[in-house]
Amino acid sequence: MADETANFPTVPAGAIAEPRAVRLLLIGIAVTFMALVLVLPLLLVFLEAFAKGSEAFLAALTDRYAQSAIRLTLLVAAIAVPCNLAFGLAASWAIAKFEFKGKALLTTLIDLPFSVSPVVSGMVYVLLFGAQGVFGAWLKAHDIEIIFAVPGIVLATIFVTFPFIARELIPLMQAQGTGDEEAALSLGASGFKTFWYVTLPNVKWGLLYGVLLCNARAMGEFGAVSVVSGHIRGKTNTMPLHIEILYNEYNIAAAFAVASLLALLALVTLVIKTLLELRFGDELAATRRH
Amino acid sequence: MGVSLTSLLQANNPGLTHRRAARARWSLARPSVIPGFSLTLGLTLAYLSLIVLIPLAALLLKALSLPPERIFEIATTPRIFNALKISFGASFVAALVNVVFGLIVAWVLVRYRFWGRRLLDAIVDLPFALPTAVAGIALSTLYAPNGWLGGLVAPLGIKIAYTPLGIVVALIFIGLPFVVRTVQPVLGEFEAELEEAAATLGAKRLQTIRLVILPRLVPAILTGFALAFARAVGEYGSVIFIAGNLPNISEIAPVLIVIKLQEFDVAGAAVIAVIMLAAAFLLLLAINLIQYLSRRRYGDG
Repeated sequence: MADETANFPTVPAGAIAEPRAVRLLLIGIAVTFMALVLVLPLLLVFLEAFAKGSEAFLAALTDRYAQSAIRLTLLVAAIAVPCNLAFGLAASWAIAKFEFKGKALLTTLIDLPFSVSPVVSGMVYVLLFGAQGVFGAWLKAHDIEIIFAVPGIVLATIFVTFPFIARELIPLMQAQGTGDEEAALSLGASGFKTFWYVTLPNVKWGLLYGVLLCNARAMGEFGAVSVVSGHIRGKTNTMPLHIEILYNEYNIAAAFAVASLLALLALVTLVIKTLLELRFGDELAATRRH
Repeated sequence: MGVSLTSLLQANNPGLTHRRAARARWSLARPSVIPGFSLTLGLTLAYLSLIVLIPLAALLLKALSLPPERIFEIATTPRIFNALKISFGASFVAALVNVVFGLIVAWVLVRYRFWGRRLLDAIVDLPFALPTAVAGIALSTLYAPNGWLGGLVAPLGIKIAYTPLGIVVALIFIGLPFVVRTVQPVLGEFEAELEEAAATLGAKRLQTIRLVILPRLVPAILTGFALAFARAVGEYGSVIFIAGNLPNISEIAPVLIVIKLQEFDVAGAAVIAVIMLAAAFLLLLAINLIQYLSRRRYGDG
């Protein structure tokens, strides 16, 4: 590109690029803005977490309620992410490998949870399974707890993280077409073998990327879970909810100690995401659409 | 290639041809040698219905089972009306700020090479990855009157945390990546020839930017604005800590939904939720329209 432009000496140097001073000014604005809005809050989380020393930090994390919140968060993610993974694989196989009526509508519907407020995502389950909900009386008669219990938290988390894996996989599988699968099938592979040995290896990095984003969101979800959890300490408190309680009790250092674990998870997610993009940028390019 | 291979396979296997042909008569899908269509589509539709569609339909039914005048009455209750006004107003302002700074960040990331550019690029996604509650307590501590940034502006008589300004700050945080990540790829694929042509025709740099580059970015900017706005309207976790949540002043609609649910006022909560869903739906429609018009005008996304 540089060689091409060199062939047109009539273009004055300053006409296709900004003067150095303007460039520095714009870089300065961008860096300052990002530092103030994004980096400073992140930095503050880690500093406040250790504000009262490392003993206080460890005490906050080994607290009985903190431990149960961490366990619940891990449990919820361990159920929600595989569910959405199975769905993501099924949905992308159906959408990317076949032509059928209503495909555009289906793709739009899969994205729907992204446009719904987290609070509303939790609320819909309260309307269905809450004490006054559609199935409320029936559930009570059969002694099944969903709202203010773990199943409700899992459902709300699944709703909120629903599209993550599917929307990473669909464009990727669409870009790869059906040629490889047809070749495998024509050589006598079964449908499942084709999927396992041909399709899956082709999309493994996109899959990892989707699982990573889905997991980060599942562990960090606050609004939807807050509505269905009931905030019962030691029973239905996830890590984000535990942070809220500690913060509202003015136990700031402990709140930030637990928050620093989630911030660390976010950082690890970002690092792996960046590495995947650097290494497999072209493969993932099709999915670069949040 | 796909079609020819399909017909080849069918030619070698008369039974397959027969089965596929029989299926084609009633199936939704175009015939294909790849198996698993009914299974995967069935799973997809079942899961989508159970998790998303039926619960959302239950919400719609709940709200729309109320008589229309009752819905109107609830929606115009001062507290609910004000909460919606604050939510939409703060989201609008935050999305505007994000358009200005998001455009600068995207421009700098695409056009300039400088030390730390990759790091800056990676950090843009932080609000996607950082849990909202963590962002919420961090922003609240940062902008409180005794916080690092709140303390700086406190002598000037400016309060950020626990005022509507705090809500805007939180919404700027969560909305920024939407603008940057929509504008960035469009700017990256921008043909240098257009700028060179403008320059050879005598345009000053500012004229080129204003008359050649910016118009091509308009669809991406509008999409980024709409995405940031839509996300901000529904945002809860990062706002509640910094907002102060005073009714009629700094109480956003999602907070009011939670309060209504705690008060067992399900009808009130459902009406607010449906208004927000309708807004989200309109925004989704607007985004799709922008993308459609831009594809028709420029021949790509």
